Parts: sequence; C-alpha cells; structure tokens
Amino acid sequence: MIKVLIERIRQGKRTASIEKIKAGLPDVFRGYPEIDQSKCDARCKLCVEVCPTKAIWKEGNTIRLDLGKCLFCPECEQVCPTSCIHFTKDYRLATSKREDLLIGKKEIELAKDINEKTRKIFGHSLRLRQVSAGGCNACEADVNVLGTLVFDLGRFGIQFVASPRHSDGILVTGPVTQNMKLALEKTYKAVPEPKIVIAVGSCPISGGLFAHHNEVHRGLDNIIPVDLYIPGCPPHPITILDGLLRLIGRIK
Amino acid sequence: MGTVQFLKIRNSESASLDAVGNYPIGDFTQSIIGAVKNGRRISSFFGVPEGEGLRLYIALANDKESVIEIASTFVKDSFPSLTVHIPSAHLFEREIYEQFGVLPEGHPWLKPVRFQNKIYDLKRHTLVNNPVECGEMNYFSVDGDEIHEVAVGPVHAGIIEPGHFRFQCFGELVLNLEISLGYQHRGIEWRLKGKPNSRTVQYMETVAGDTSIGHTLAYAQAIESLSNINGCSKTQTLRAIALELERLANHTGDLGALANDVGYLPTASYCGRLRGDFLNMTALLCGSRFGRGFIRPGGLMFDVSPDKVKELASRLKRTYKDVSGAVNLLWNTSSVRARFENAGFLTKQDCIDLGIVGVAARACGVEIDIRRDHPFGQYCFSQIPVSTHQSGNVFSRAYVRWLEIQRSVEFIEELLANIPEGNVKPATNLNLKKNSIAVSLVEGWRGEICHVVLTDTHGGIEHYKIVDSSFHNWSGLELAMKNQQISDFPLCNKSFNLSYCGYDL
Repeated sequence: MIKVLIERIRQGKRTASIEKIKAGLPDVFRGYPEIDQSKCDARCKLCVEVCPTKAIWKEGNTIRLDLGKCLFCPECEQVCPTSCIHFTKDYRLATSKREDLLIGKKEIELAKDINEKTRKIFGHSLRLRQVSAGGCNACEADVNVLGTLVFDLGRFGIQFVASPRHSDGILVTGPVTQNMKLALEKTYKAVPEPKIVIAVGSCPISGGLFAHHNEVHRGLDNIIPVDLYIPGCPPHPITILDGLLRLIGRIK
Repeated sequence: MGTVQFLKIRNSESASLDAVGNYPIGDFTQSIIGAVKNGRRISSFFGVPEGEGLRLYIALANDKESVIEIASTFVKDSFPSLTVHIPSAHLFEREIYEQFGVLPEGHPWLKPVRFQNKIYDLKRHTLVNNPVECGEMNYFSVDGDEIHEVAVGPVHAGIIEPGHFRFQCFGELVLNLEISLGYQHRGIEWRLKGKPNSRTVQYMETVAGDTSIGHTLAYAQAIESLSNINGCSKTQTLRAIALELERLANHTGDLGALANDVGYLPTASYCGRLRGDFLNMTALLCGSRFGRGFIRPGGLMFDVSPDKVKELASRLKRTYKDVSGAVNLLWNTSSVRARFENAGFLTKQDCIDLGIVGVAARACGVEIDIRRDHPFGQYCFSQIPVSTHQSGNVFSRAYVRWLEIQRSVEFIEELLANIPEGNVKPATNLNLKKNSIAVSLVEGWRGEICHVVLTDTHGGIEHYKIVDSSFHNWSGLELAMKNQQISDFPLCNKSFNLSYCGYDL
C-alpha cells in the first residue's frame, strides 16, 4: 500500500488546461491550413494533383480546400513551390455545417452551440455513445484519450456511456461500411429524442480515403443528420474536445 | 512425386516471378506439409487470378535460416485443403474461398472471413457484388439443459472497433467462443492494383490506424526492393525509432487497460496518460501522433534536427521513469497477479499449431521475432533481444509487454545517441521492376506484418496481399477463452488486443 501512495505522489497531478495542451503541440503539428492565394501561380496544379482525396481544387486563381475530405497529410504543403498552403498550429476545426468546412474563399466558421431548447434539456452536460463504423482505430484511440487524466473529459460534464439508451447522442467514426450500416442505424434509433450526432474524422464526414469504395457509404450525413463535424485523420484530441465544448456552449 | 524447389529470398528482397516454381497441386501440398513439420511458418497464402483459374502463392517463414520460401500452384475450382494437416492454414483457405469461390476440399470450418461485399469472378475477370449480411452464418452451438448462449457486438460498450462474439456457456463457464468479424471491411486490397500513387501510402497508414508505422514501413520496404532504391542510414534509424515508439505507446496503453480490466486504477490512470506521452513523441517527429505522413518509399517526409533528438531523448527518459513506476505496481500487487495468472491460457503447442505470432506467441515461450529472425532496415545493424515468458496466460502476455518496453527504450536511447547524417528525402519517381515478387516482413507491436507484392509486365502492382498479425492471432483468443469465466473475457481480449480493421482490411 505504501508503494502505491509513494507512486501516487511521484506521478503528480497531470490534468492539464487547454492552454497547456495547446502549448505542447509540436512545431510540425498540422492544424488549420492557411492558404495564401496571392502567392499561387495560376498555372500550377501540383497541390491538386498530389492530394490523395481530391480535397483541393482550383476555381480560376483561387485554391479551394475541403477540410471534410482533407487527411492533413503533408503532401500539398511540401509539394507547393511557393508555399501557398501552410498547416498552422490552430487546432480549432469543428463546424456545425458541412459547407463551413469548405475554405479558400472564406475562412472556417467554427461550430455554434446546439439550439436553446435542446441545451435546456441537456443542461451543460452531455452523455455520448461511440460507434465505430469502419474506423481504423486512430480516431477511436484519440477519442478514448479524452477519458485519460490529462484531458479528464468528466470535468466538462461530458461522459461516454455504454448504452445508446443512456445517451444524448452518438459520436461516429469511420466511413460507415456497408457491414456496419444496420448496427449504426439501430444504435441511432435507440437514442432517446432529442438526440445529437457527431462525426469525427474525414471518414464519417466525406468517406475520406474510402469515398469511392462500394464497400462504404459516402459520409454519415447521407444516412442520419449530423450536428457537429470534427475533421482530421485523426483529429487531435484537443480538436475533438474543442468541438464538443463548442457544441454544449462552453466555448463560444 | 516430384519435390518442390522453394524460391528462397531474404526479408524485403525481390525476385523475378519466373523464379517462383509452379508445381502440381499434389507436390505443392506435400512439400508444404513437410516444410511446416520442419518448423516453417505460413506468413502468407493467397490466390491471384490467372486465366480461368487461380494461382496460389505461399510464403513460408524459415526463421532459422532467415529466409522466406515461396512456391506456387495453379488450381481451378477446388484444391485439397491443407488445414486438415496444418491448422494454421485454416483462415488463409477460408479467405481464398471467400474472395474467389475456389473450394478447399475437406476444410473442416469453411465459414466467412469478413463478409466481403465485392468478390472476384474468375470466369468474367471482374469484381462482382456479393450480397451478404455481415455476421449471418451458422455458429458453433452447444446443446444441453443448462447451456446458454451470449451474443456480444458488433457495437460494444467501450470506445473500440466493432466485432461479434458468440459464447456458448455453462453457467459462468465458457465452453466455446466464436468470433465473427467483417464489420470494418473497407475493400483496401482490391484498390492497390496498378502504379503506386498518392493514395497507396495513405491506405497503408489506415490498414490498422494504431499500426500506421508498422504497415507503412512494410510497404516502403517492399516498394524499395522492387524499385532498387534504399533509404539512407538516417532514414533507417529514424524509422526504427518510430516503430519502437509505436510499440512503446501501445504496450504501455495495453498494460494500463489490463490494470483497468481487473479494477486496479492507479496503473490504469498513469498508463493512459503515458501512452499519450509516447504518441506525442511520434508527433514531435512528424506532426501526427500516429506517425501519419512520416514514412514514404525511399525516405521520410520530415527530417529531424539535433535539437529534436535531444528533446526526444530527455522526454523518453522522463516518461520511462514514470512507466516503470506505474507498471511495477502491477507486479507488486498480489490481487492483480492472481487475476492475471488465472486467466486466458494458451499452450505452446496450440500456439505453434495455429501459427500465432508476436507478443502472444512469445508469451507462450515461442521464440520468434522478425526483428531478430528476419532483420530489416536498422535491425540489421542494431540488435534487440527477444523477450519471452513461458506461462501462456494473461500475466505472461502482460509481462512480455513490460520486458519489451524496457528493451525498446534501451534500443531507442542507443540510436538517439548516434543519429547518422543523411538526406531523408523520399523518392519522387517509383519505377517498379516488371513481373516480380517482393516479400516484406515487419515486427509490428502486435507481431508479424507481412506484405507480398506482385508486379505485372508493365511494372504496375498486379496483386498486393496484406497479412496483419491479428489475422493469425484471433483464433488464439478463441482458444484462450475455453473453460474460462465469461467475466474474464474483457481481460483476455485486452491481453491480445487485436486489430479488427487490420483483419477486415
């Protein structure tokens, strides 16, 4: 017993503030991509060609980027001869609407809280059921991390529960494989009204890397309505946390 | 009967496809039975459409001589099942049947592997839809007055991937567990045909997201051998560091999760955080906690500055101290040990017969480790000792993880002290050798990862076969649950911690 106590003291308090977690992001972290349109050579299409999910396209001289398709891989940033695209350390990426993820002409519009009526029912707390529907276990793992003592999700009133019947909504990862569609729909039906749906990762937002496969459905919102989109492949835990806190109105 | 001359190549080497002998099925079968009796393991066994039939390729790992032995045979509608003689062939044959409809005659357990929605029609030479309902099959069942059945999944209570588990129970006692997967099937392998493009490497990073480094490294090695390029020594060093960091993160996380499953919260809480610290070290290298966007054929997308090397070394030292403290609590707590020692037994013989790999095999005293037996990249120059333990239970699997954590830390520290100079820039143009085969093995954190690549006459990928360690090991979990309490299932499951998507592809 004494060993347990000594170790407890030695390990110390590790729960971190959002500011502290933010400060710990490495310099090569790939968050919100900044696009400097003025540097772009109109004839150059290297970024468009190199993008594995066709998340980048050009409208005349304007580079457009769909964060819902983007895998946040370093390819476009490294291929661009004039450094137009630069992944910043800005981890805030969650939006309420799918079209808010399309950037290039306008900046991202971050998520707003759920409507007043629903929020009154939920209070400031949220119980969620997670469904993995073809996710590669990266998004799942980084959602799981929110439960560790660094992020300590419970302090924000958010908790993952074992049954959809005990939950206020579902958080879905993966491109929704044909083989998981039925189970996902059943889980969604089992959540009592009013219910919310959160899509985490490029897979449930757009189908991601697998969008053109017949084995998967192209995005979650073709099947059920989505209230919060959190892009990334996988999104960093702090990106997911930021999205959840915006949804319940704790960050505005 | 003629003898089969296996083509022998080393790990991450390639050879002309003409050098792979095509033998009559009788000789092929007999030689494989003989080879496996002599200690070879099946690393990969798969079909490639050819004419109106299927060419079966087998890659056997010869761990003693550090070579991979390859042979092939041509079959049409059916072939005599190897499983009757070699249990470890069972899943490979089921996969061949599911993908191409070629029947392994006499297979004792011919059930779906992953309920593939697209299968290959050998007559029409095209992919066709396969209307199946995932999970619908005949499960093994036990009859009796007090027997009951428990069905779990695909949606589980925790934040994990989906799979279906069917238990036949007598009271608390599990008589049989059958695992049915396929819910994660995304159809990756079919999409890897043709010239490698910007998508190919992304598929590798998401075969099993928690093993991004392992699978991408296997891919890079195969492609490098097929295009006669080599990563510089700095590349090799940094790749090995990334692979060991992936192992450290997952082993630490697993020990925490095992502690959680027996209700021992101190270690569970500490390890949950420490796993993240290792992931953040990978992020320091390449910006992604899972090593996304790091490894590419011929090099790396990110170079690592001397300052970062210093930072990494100091973080590693600090984190390892905390991991030691957290994990040693487990071994000093008798209630934890009692729970670990009395659950999830697998015998050494079953382990060998089923072809179990990685941590699960080493925890049964089977001394196999690709890093030593078939060294690749940096492991050709820096050795890492093989960690084994004999008891084959949950304790053994936990303890092997702890041994490997210690060895990996020593290994990384050694490498960090001497990072060579070099240009890590990846290759820009990949010209694959025509009509060739390459086999790449990597010891991922779960165990052996095997990628076999066949190229066509134009230098495009003709067939890409991925075998994740989980493909070998799920049967081990089924066996380890026999005669256990059903309440110990989460603990046993976690002690294997297998990938669903790595199996479902």
